[in-house]
Amino acid sequence: MTHWLTFIAFVALLVSGGEIVISHPRFYWGEVGNVNTRPLFVIPIPASRDTVPTGYGYVMPDQNGWSRYLHFQAAWVVVLAGLVYGIYGLGSGHFRRNLIPARRDWTWHAYRDRMAKYLHRERADRAEKSTYNVLQRTAYLVVILVLFPLIIWTGLAMSPSLTSAFPATAALLGGRQSARTIHFFVTWLLVLFLLVHVTMIALSGFWSRMLAMITGYTRDSEEGQ
Amino acid sequence: MNPISRRKLIYGSVAAAASIGGLAAADRLATRYGLIPPDGGGLYGPGETLTYACQRLMTARTPAREFPRSMISKNPFANEVAPPKEEFKRLQAGEFRDWRLVVDGTVARPMSLSLADLKSMPIQSQVTEVACEEGWSYIAEWIGTPLSGVLREAGVLPQSRYVVYYAIEKGLWESIDMADAMHPHTFLTMGMNDGDLPVPFGGPLRLRVPRQLGYKSLKYLTHITVTDDIKKFGSGKGSADPDYGYSWYAGI
Repeated sequence: MTHWLTFIAFVALLVSGGEIVISHPRFYWGEVGNVNTRPLFVIPIPASRDTVPTGYGYVMPDQNGWSRYLHFQAAWVVVLAGLVYGIYGLGSGHFRRNLIPARRDWTWHAYRDRMAKYLHRERADRAEKSTYNVLQRTAYLVVILVLFPLIIWTGLAMSPSLTSAFPATAALLGGRQSARTIHFFVTWLLVLFLLVHVTMIALSGFWSRMLAMITGYTRDSEEGQ
Repeated sequence: MNPISRRKLIYGSVAAAASIGGLAAADRLATRYGLIPPDGGGLYGPGETLTYACQRLMTARTPAREFPRSMISKNPFANEVAPPKEEFKRLQAGEFRDWRLVVDGTVARPMSLSLADLKSMPIQSQVTEVACEEGWSYIAEWIGTPLSGVLREAGVLPQSRYVVYYAIEKGLWESIDMADAMHPHTFLTMGMNDGDLPVPFGGPLRLRVPRQLGYKSLKYLTHITVTDDIKKFGSGKGSADPDYGYSWYAGI
């Protein structure tokens, strides 16, 4: 339930976030940045505002209005779904059982070993059918404990009202423009995770995974990947 | 084996009923304590309402972020709006001596103030950042008098809930709630970085609302109306922004 809500909201955030970037496809480091200051980097696309010098003689259609409304509403969906998931995950022992790697796997060897299995496209062993292996556990934990908190933090650090109450949210990141730049890069890391995640599901059989997600059961005859 | 047991079904129904009841109660409380923004209806209403309610509960009185003078942007970006029309040019030719700020609505003493009148009020300065919804920003020193002082002089009536403000150009208007209107950093700004406020930056008079995005800091201010009923203005959503898709509350 929280998974699919987050997925829908993530797609909405990605599309609307992209539209917002198009209105000013320049990125900066520090507190301030505008067309009169030197950018950290520029995305070589036309902008949706004629005040941004892009080198193109063309201004994209301005879609910022609905994009901003959608972006903030979808952000609320992610935050609320994340809260429900977090409370459930802690309470039910899901994190402890399925996400924190087992003690014996806290070695580079365990990671290299599992990666080799993927590269040789070996079948998952029986133990992995009902839970996650060390690579999956680490990837999910990084997304849950690092990337999502970071994207929410950097988003909030761009709120002029919230930073009035908690100036450190922006200051600790190096300033408002640094927060915006980090927000942009964390988005790409989340997209990267999504691509790998979907690829793995496709490799292990899309419909059998969907069935398992919805019912909570795996067929015994099923061949794991 | 039935994956959905009867017990789960009962728990689920009870939880759903409780949520609906909870939402109804929350809605009533939110209306009573002014936690619903004028654009709190429609497709994006829930997100806007959550944001605004949280901000009003947490940041109604927090001071705007201020910066050291050394951080003032050397080359700020004015983001000029459409070229000024006849009336503005006429006033500009007279060095804005005839510029007027009208204060009316639910106030005991409606007023019409010249820039000289405003300059005779307590003058303060703030070094704050202008952050545009597009993503760019700059820091400047803003010199002016807090809006709250003018509103106190005009005698805001107790039923007042919003301050609506207009630019000299027809159709350019905004509004803020009383928390932001009475906030000590909400300035009637006449100066910038030790000089008069330049025309491209909104001179001779701009309302600075530093705890919200740049579009709430309306340039070329001529008229302020205090009101108890925001629905009477425009399409009832607090400004023209929601009609173009932009949030009325831009503190995010």
